[in-house]
Amino acid sequence: MTKNFENEPMMEVYIFETTQNLEQLEQVIICSEKNGGFTPDDVSEIFRFMHTIKGSSAMMLFNNIETVAHSMEDIFYFIREQKPQGLDFSAVSDLVLECVDFIKEEINKITNNSDVDGDPAVLIDSLKLFLDELRRLFGEEDSQNKNNSKKQQYYIPQEKKQGLPKEKDKPKNESETSSEGACYQVIIRYEDDCTMENIRAYTLVFGLAELVEEVYYLPADIAENSETAAYIRENGFEIYLKTEMGYEEIKAHFENIIYIEQLLFREIEEERMDPFRKAQNQVQSKESFVLPNDELFKPDIPLAPVAFSEEPQKNNTAAQKMISVNVDKLDNLMNLVGELMITESMVTQCPEVEVIQSENFHKASIELHKITVELQDMVMAIRMVPLSTTFVKMNRIVRDMCKKLNREVVLDLYGEETEVDKNIIEHISDPLMHIIRNAIDHGIEGEEERLSKGKEKVGHIILEAKNVGSDVLIVIKDDGRGLNKARILEKARKNDLLTKPEEEMSDREIFKLILLPGFSTKESITEFSGRGVGMDVVTKNLEEVGGTVLVDSEMDQGTTIILKIPLTLAIVEGMNIRVGKSRYTIPITTISESFRPDEKDCMMDPDNNEMVMIRGQCFPILRLHKHYHIKNAETDLTKGILIMVEQEEKVICVFADELLGQQQVVVKSLPNYVNSMKKILGLAGCTLLPDGSISLIMDISGLTGLRVQ
Amino acid sequence: MVKDLTEEIDQDDDQKGMYLTFELANEYYGLWIGYVTEIIGILPFTEVPELPVYVRGIFNLRGRIIPLMDMRLRFQKEFVDYDERSCVIVIDVLENTVGLIVDSVSEVISFEEEDIIEQPMLSSGVSNQFIKSIGKAGNEVKLLLDCDKLLSNQEIEILNNEKDER
Repeated sequence: MTKNFENEPMMEVYIFETTQNLEQLEQVIICSEKNGGFTPDDVSEIFRFMHTIKGSSAMMLFNNIETVAHSMEDIFYFIREQKPQGLDFSAVSDLVLECVDFIKEEINKITNNSDVDGDPAVLIDSLKLFLDELRRLFGEEDSQNKNNSKKQQYYIPQEKKQGLPKEKDKPKNESETSSEGACYQVIIRYEDDCTMENIRAYTLVFGLAELVEEVYYLPADIAENSETAAYIRENGFEIYLKTEMGYEEIKAHFENIIYIEQLLFREIEEERMDPFRKAQNQVQSKESFVLPNDELFKPDIPLAPVAFSEEPQKNNTAAQKMISVNVDKLDNLMNLVGELMITESMVTQCPEVEVIQSENFHKASIELHKITVELQDMVMAIRMVPLSTTFVKMNRIVRDMCKKLNREVVLDLYGEETEVDKNIIEHISDPLMHIIRNAIDHGIEGEEERLSKGKEKVGHIILEAKNVGSDVLIVIKDDGRGLNKARILEKARKNDLLTKPEEEMSDREIFKLILLPGFSTKESITEFSGRGVGMDVVTKNLEEVGGTVLVDSEMDQGTTIILKIPLTLAIVEGMNIRVGKSRYTIPITTISESFRPDEKDCMMDPDNNEMVMIRGQCFPILRLHKHYHIKNAETDLTKGILIMVEQEEKVICVFADELLGQQQVVVKSLPNYVNSMKKILGLAGCTLLPDGSISLIMDISGLTGLRVQ
Repeated sequence: MVKDLTEEIDQDDDQKGMYLTFELANEYYGLWIGYVTEIIGILPFTEVPELPVYVRGIFNLRGRIIPLMDMRLRFQKEFVDYDERSCVIVIDVLENTVGLIVDSVSEVISFEEEDIIEQPMLSSGVSNQFIKSIGKAGNEVKLLLDCDKLLSNQEIEILNNEKDER
């Protein structure tokens, strides 16, 4: 319940991500409700969302949200593991949605900088009861499920009613001194000229929601029906409410509301509320949107009925600072800007225009050029994000976990300035979180164990990002106990995850098993890991950006997890070269030097491969024009230029006609049609040059492989 | 795949039977209009190595990178230099966008159903496998192309082997 605003940007990300997760979660629930049941995929997905929400909330110290998500996760863990038949599916959905509403409410409070004071106790109680009930019904031996399924449909609602008195008791006990939930009738008349009575009434009721246990009002459809304004003007607005607040207190609340001309306020018998309760129950069950006994949960949590949630959200949209934009739109924008650049140069470099003597015109055209360049930079900047923010976020996780688990772990970051596409960032931040958690929780041993193994007391995790050829690699390396092959296999056997005979599996394949959903070698479930959902998120997210996960491990030496992300949209600092009419781009990081050789330094080896001698060392020459059959290219080594490139410790000299200059380029993939035809060795993609022509980006590791073994 | 296409045809019912005709070495071909996204002049293009001869390269169409296919070479006809009448027809087939270089574009013809002869008996040949049907317009006959086959890579292997000198 501690507020923690020391880190504003982090907070923004958290709010944004959680809201997004909640929205997706809601979608899944609603979708599966339509289909009339959870598929195993749905369950995994819901689980994942809850897991992520739980994790990030814990990180931000929003314990109430975390506990709710945790209890919810418990239920879905049970469902996923036991796969109960004939589950009362709508009850589960109701519960999930209720949790979602609760978390949303809390998030709203966070956004509005108010206290996160929602008390999840009631909600958690009901979640626990539900889980107990599930356990009782479906337990470990679920052979009788089918006979039970009908009965069980009854049980759950009943269960809720059993929980009813308990929940009602609670607030009463807490507030013994005040008038124990007295009921009031309020009739309000607004001033004649205030207009929009219904909206005012609606705001009023909404404001009440946090103060009272139950509230009913007449006319009921003020939110949707604007004609009620006239009715209120005529007959006044009637509110029936039940609250623990004192008479004076609640009355004062009403008196503070503006535009009220007349206020009738009196205490009434509780029985008078009953007809409304019934009516409301009916309405709600018809709409099946809100849990019928929703008002039970009202006392402490302002778990507003659906109608309430509309207004605060409207207010929030203005305050939201981050929007998620469809990447397609950004692509379009980028293409348009590219076009603009070309058109701009076409206009300003047009021969007729160039003879214009007007100074004003030249000033204007320079300005135009400046702005278009800036615009292009901006569009690029929007898309490309350095990994540093995501990496730094991990520090926090490591810190918190170390505290809780009483371990000392140091996180080393390398290459966090590597820029990747926005799209990719969004997809790797979750996986990174899970991998690092796993590393600390499962990988790094306790202090004593480490010392007994002769390791440093402090555990190390290395988080590194680098551009390698046409991929971005993110390496997470720990020096913990490594993966236990035997235990992985055993667990896989138990969960029926093996697809081929154990003897035939390579180490890599065995390690790969840990990426499957529902896999965890950890026996007990902790706050951090053990349910086997984390690594599932990793694969799923990476698949979405076309990446892969590699797992490597050595007993007692540690585990290395490599996320390989294709660089389809990443920016590369490249050197443009010309061969004949064609242009190629070589990633600058691979170039060690470029030079024009002397004739005496060039030679042939016995296999007729050309070599060049430089500073006493021999390097193979690759003539691009020969390799790619390019016509009209320079063939005399002493007239062109040799570019020495190095990748994975292999060095070759590429022969080209000339260097055109260094430039940042956006890597685009070759058209589908070309890719489907043939994988061209040595080409990683293509890019658009400022003049609108296309340059082919070289894949140096492909090329070096040609000449060096 | 087939289903998608039929759906597309249902949607564009008014486009049914409408073909864009173009000239290629004194022969007339037709492309179903639904595939055609635009017709442009020949733009500068970049050669891409190791591709079949008929793929001339890739070019930049407003930021999109599109492969360019020479229809003469595709049909194993003699290559002629492009002139001011040469056109690129940009077609969109099953998520592939490709530009086709043709000698010249003539007109859009609307064929009645009975004027289209499906599965014509043609001698087997490299070019003939791309002909889906024959359309009759007055005294003239247009060869209607099968765009799927045009972009399929089935015979590419053979061509590659022929081309691979090394």
